Amino acid sequence: MRTVKRHRERLVLVGNGMAAIRTVEELLARDPERHDITVIGAEPHPNYNRILLSSVLAGEKTLDEIVINPRSWYGERGIALVTGAPVAAIDRVAKTVAIAGGDAIPYDKLLLATGSKPLAPPVPGLGLPGVRAFRDIGDVAAMIEAARTGRRAVVIGGGLLGLEAAWGLKRRGMSVAVVHLMPSLMERQLDPAAGELLRRDLDARGIAFFTDGQTEEILGSERAEGVRLADGREVPADLVVLAIGIRPNIDLARGAGLAINRGIKVGDDLRTSDPDIYAVGECIEHNGQVFGLVAPIWEQAKVCGARLAGDEAAAYVPPPVFTSLKITGVDVFSAGALAAADAADDEITLHDAKRGVYKKIILREHKIVGAVLYGSVADGPWYVQLMREETEVAAFRDQLVFGRAFAERAGAPVPRIDVAAMADGEQVCGCNGVSKGAICRAILDKGLTSLDTVRAHTKASASCGQCTATVEAILAHLGAATGVGRDDPAICKCTEHGHDEVRRAILARRLETIAAVRQALGWKTPDGCQKCRPALNYYLLCAWPETYRDDPQSRFVNERVHANIQKDGTYSVVPRMWGGVTTPAELHAIASVAEKFNIPAVKVTGGQRIDLLGVKKEDLPGVWNDLGKAGMVSGHAYAKGLRTVKTCVGSEWCRFGTQDSTGLGIKLEKMCWGSWTPHKVKFAVSGCPRNCAEATIKDMGVVCVEAGYDILVGGNGGVDVRVTDPLVRVTSEDEVLEYAGAFMQLYREEAHYLERTAPWIARVGIAYVKKRLVEDGEGRAALHARFLRSQLFAQVDPWTERAMGADAHEFARLSEVEAV
Amino acid sequence: MTMSNNWKNIGALSNIPVRGARRLCLKHEGRPVAIFRTGEDEVFALLDECPHKKGPLSEGIISGKTVTCPLHNWVIGLEDGKAVAPDEGIAQPLSVRLVDGDIYIHLPEAVGAAA
Ligand code: SRM
Ligand SMILES: Cc1cc2nc3c(=O)[nH]c(=O)nc-3n(C[C@H](O)[C@H](O)[C@H](O)COP(=O)(O)OP(=O)(O)OC[C@H]3O[C@@H](n4cnc5c(N)ncnc54)[C@H](O)[C@@H]3O)c2cc1C
Ligand code: SF4
Ligand code: FES
Repeated sequence: MRTVKRHRERLVLVGNGMAAIRTVEELLARDPERHDITVIGAEPHPNYNRILLSSVLAGEKTLDEIVINPRSWYGERGIALVTGAPVAAIDRVAKTVAIAGGDAIPYDKLLLATGSKPLAPPVPGLGLPGVRAFRDIGDVAAMIEAARTGRRAVVIGGGLLGLEAAWGLKRRGMSVAVVHLMPSLMERQLDPAAGELLRRDLDARGIAFFTDGQTEEILGSERAEGVRLADGREVPADLVVLAIGIRPNIDLARGAGLAINRGIKVGDDLRTSDPDIYAVGECIEHNGQVFGLVAPIWEQAKVCGARLAGDEAAAYVPPPVFTSLKITGVDVFSAGALAAADAADDEITLHDAKRGVYKKIILREHKIVGAVLYGSVADGPWYVQLMREETEVAAFRDQLVFGRAFAERAGAPVPRIDVAAMADGEQVCGCNGVSKGAICRAILDKGLTSLDTVRAHTKASASCGQCTATVEAILAHLGAATGVGRDDPAICKCTEHGHDEVRRAILARRLETIAAVRQALGWKTPDGCQKCRPALNYYLLCAWPETYRDDPQSRFVNERVHANIQKDGTYSVVPRMWGGVTTPAELHAIASVAEKFNIPAVKVTGGQRIDLLGVKKEDLPGVWNDLGKAGMVSGHAYAKGLRTVKTCVGSEWCRFGTQDSTGLGIKLEKMCWGSWTPHKVKFAVSGCPRNCAEATIKDMGVVCVEAGYDILVGGNGGVDVRVTDPLVRVTSEDEVLEYAGAFMQLYREEAHYLERTAPWIARVGIAYVKKRLVEDGEGRAALHARFLRSQLFAQVDPWTERAMGADAHEFARLSEVEAV
Repeated sequence: MTMSNNWKNIGALSNIPVRGARRLCLKHEGRPVAIFRTGEDEVFALLDECPHKKGPLSEGIISGKTVTCPLHNWVIGLEDGKAVAPDEGIAQPLSVRLVDGDIYIHLPEAVGAAA
């Protein structure tokens, strides 16, 4: 039999950049046989990742590292590659393209992907040596050289490109000034508030800014020596970088008589006015829109590739674009609208100047149309997804600004990226060529739990940020498998590991000392810091109650000294008054202690007991000794532990009382005192729903009713008042005690250090707490038992110990050794 | 061991817990003095007054060559007494030496033991 060799279409590409080659990849994936492909590029290089030029300039990557398709890639696919050869003209009648000073190359289908040209301000001096754009490898090589020889650089333009150029040059040791025409930086991507935060941060990194700065002239005769601004200011420079914007590169298309406007006009099929000529990338104009970011260009490449492969249905719909600045340590994110267009629109903002966090979300008809994030950008891609899918957000509007973790609990749809369905080899991060498999390995091997750590280890989503949502989905996916929660922030700067992760490691790998934890999990600092040391000390205490030896040097002074330090360096002493009940004997003791040590202030606290304020440190053991003699122990008013159990008089005296709230309060306090917890814990028991003990704003509250006891959890007063969630109604005191012990233990074992029950329950959800405590009776009993067990070791009165001489060095000063 | 008598022996290093600190009886120009011991057993001395609001640095948590003030968490360098940026200020450092396991501090005209 004989085979007819089907005539292959000749496909010629003008431009060897990101859009061109991505389109070829999309085409080959669909139909590798259909075309004979020739790629003609003006640059002398194979296709490289232009995005990462910034990283090359900043010294974070080498030129080889940013090549996406080495020459071998073209060879293996039978693609003819011509580099360093700008196409000079297109003959649409003869269907050929002419390479400058070279031969004509015939085509059946032509693809224009000529990108864009840097704009230059209309000022004298552009031609001087030392003036550069920031667009290709040639520019970056020149800038790196200039940084080696010159000292000062001026960057004209305070947009994404300009700032990345400025940062890169700064990293290379130049002193850098940015001249920006507008009052605020990146004004196209950021609103003024975010722009100001950005300016502040870059200012702190030593970059000087001239905003409202109109460049009038580039100074210098032989070479660039600086710039003069319209207001007369002169900024000296050995290097001047032009980064005021880009213009679609349409010369060729114009010459060929194709329909053009700002860019080469294309339809949804990405065809130009000549049906045999396609165009993609920054050189095109689609529905009046031109492009400057890769996200929409990847989309164009998909559609154009499909079209070339014969899919007549493929049509281009621009995705919402978003920007993230690639300056290490500066987190900026912006998508869609920057501000409410009119009164009908709606803006939600969160501004935490202290933490340098700013979030703004723009809503139109209950749908997100824009987001500007600064300082905390992890949720950016989620907002973009809600935009893309035009999700109704009314239901979780209030949580929106706090991000996905909160909103999903309030009923936001959980994203539908089917991670399981992705092949291991599937490329997730186009910019850095990272596959799903590579990400999974990093997450599992290195035990990563946060987006930032995955970025640090794999570079996935570290460039254009477009694949962030997918990376997060993979994290969450593995998280579900490994029990890693998505919201598990790194404990502190000393480590990448989150709280949950560290706690799991402590148990799984039997780590029994702070040093062992730092060692095993690769802490970055030798000693840790004031954030992680107290946390680790608590986690170990909670994990190994029998054996762990507390590290006083890792405790905040109040817990080390067992009293509250006051602003004048003296201390306050608050003895326990079980359930707020006291006796004449106790009051006598308190009175005489106050006189004996002339303690300046005695006050009744908001916790139903008495505070002795202004005690000198060296008097503390004496004070405790006397109080101890009268049977009083520490009230732990200083501790991340059980503070007070407030009660009301209850059925004993009150005409409304339904149960013995005072007695129950005392039983609870006796069971729980002395235990260490992630943050302080306060109980209250009210004898009836009139609730005189304020049980509804306590970590755990009990409201007695005729039928028994309503147990409420997760309340607190303080800065963000939160009312308790009802947990369960029980009928006996014993049940109350079991629930209390189980609740304490669940909180102790699962909350993050310094996370009070209110934010903890807000995070994990009351449904989860019910599942563990109400629905799972055995689990509850087990938790309760573990709590009682640890109490065996915890219920030692720290005051008695110290009155007996423990930690004596704490309370005496160093004195001079008399010479003998 | 001879030293100018401005150097006071304030006892053995072992009197201070590792990564701990203690306040002196002796004062410097009437102001309290803190002695610090780091994880590497180095010794430093600063006026025991945080540059922010005079918080007692001797009560802070010590990590590396820094101490964190217990009152509002300023971080102070033990070597030069300088507050770590963004905070600004300095707790005056004083010279100390370790000689055969004993700590000596240089106090020009030290005022005798005071509470
Ligand atoms: C002494 C007392 C005020 C008083 O004279 O009544 C007091 C004093 C302090 N409170 Fe309080 N709180 C006192 C009852 C309360 C109450 C009322 C209550 O417990 O029913 C609340 C609101 C209820 C609650 O906690 O949810 C309360 C909410 C706070 C908060 C905010 C807690 C929060 O989660 O937002 C703080 C700040 C913190 O703990 O981080 C705080 C922190 C403090 C500290 C420890 C500040 C500090 O770190 O030095 C104060 C110590 C003073 C001292 O040296 O004794 N205090 N504090 C009360 C001692 C109660 C006791 O007997 O132990
Ligand atoms: C420093 C820098 C940082 C960036 N950072 C980001 C970012 O963080 N996120 C983001 O989304 N985007 C970023 N971009 C933009 C992104 O790189 C571009 O959107 C993308 O490269 C456009 O692809 P393109 O193929 O259309 O154009 P290009 O990649 O520029 O490719 C066009 C190619 O065609 C060649 N060419 C032009 N005319 C001819 C001719 N007549 N004959 C032959 N060849 C010709 C050019 O030499 C060029 O090689 C950045 C760009 C730069 C310069
Ligand atoms: S309310 Fe503020 S000032 Fe008053 S005791 Fe509580 S923490 Fe101190
Ligand atoms: S007094 Fe030291 S931080 Fe405020």
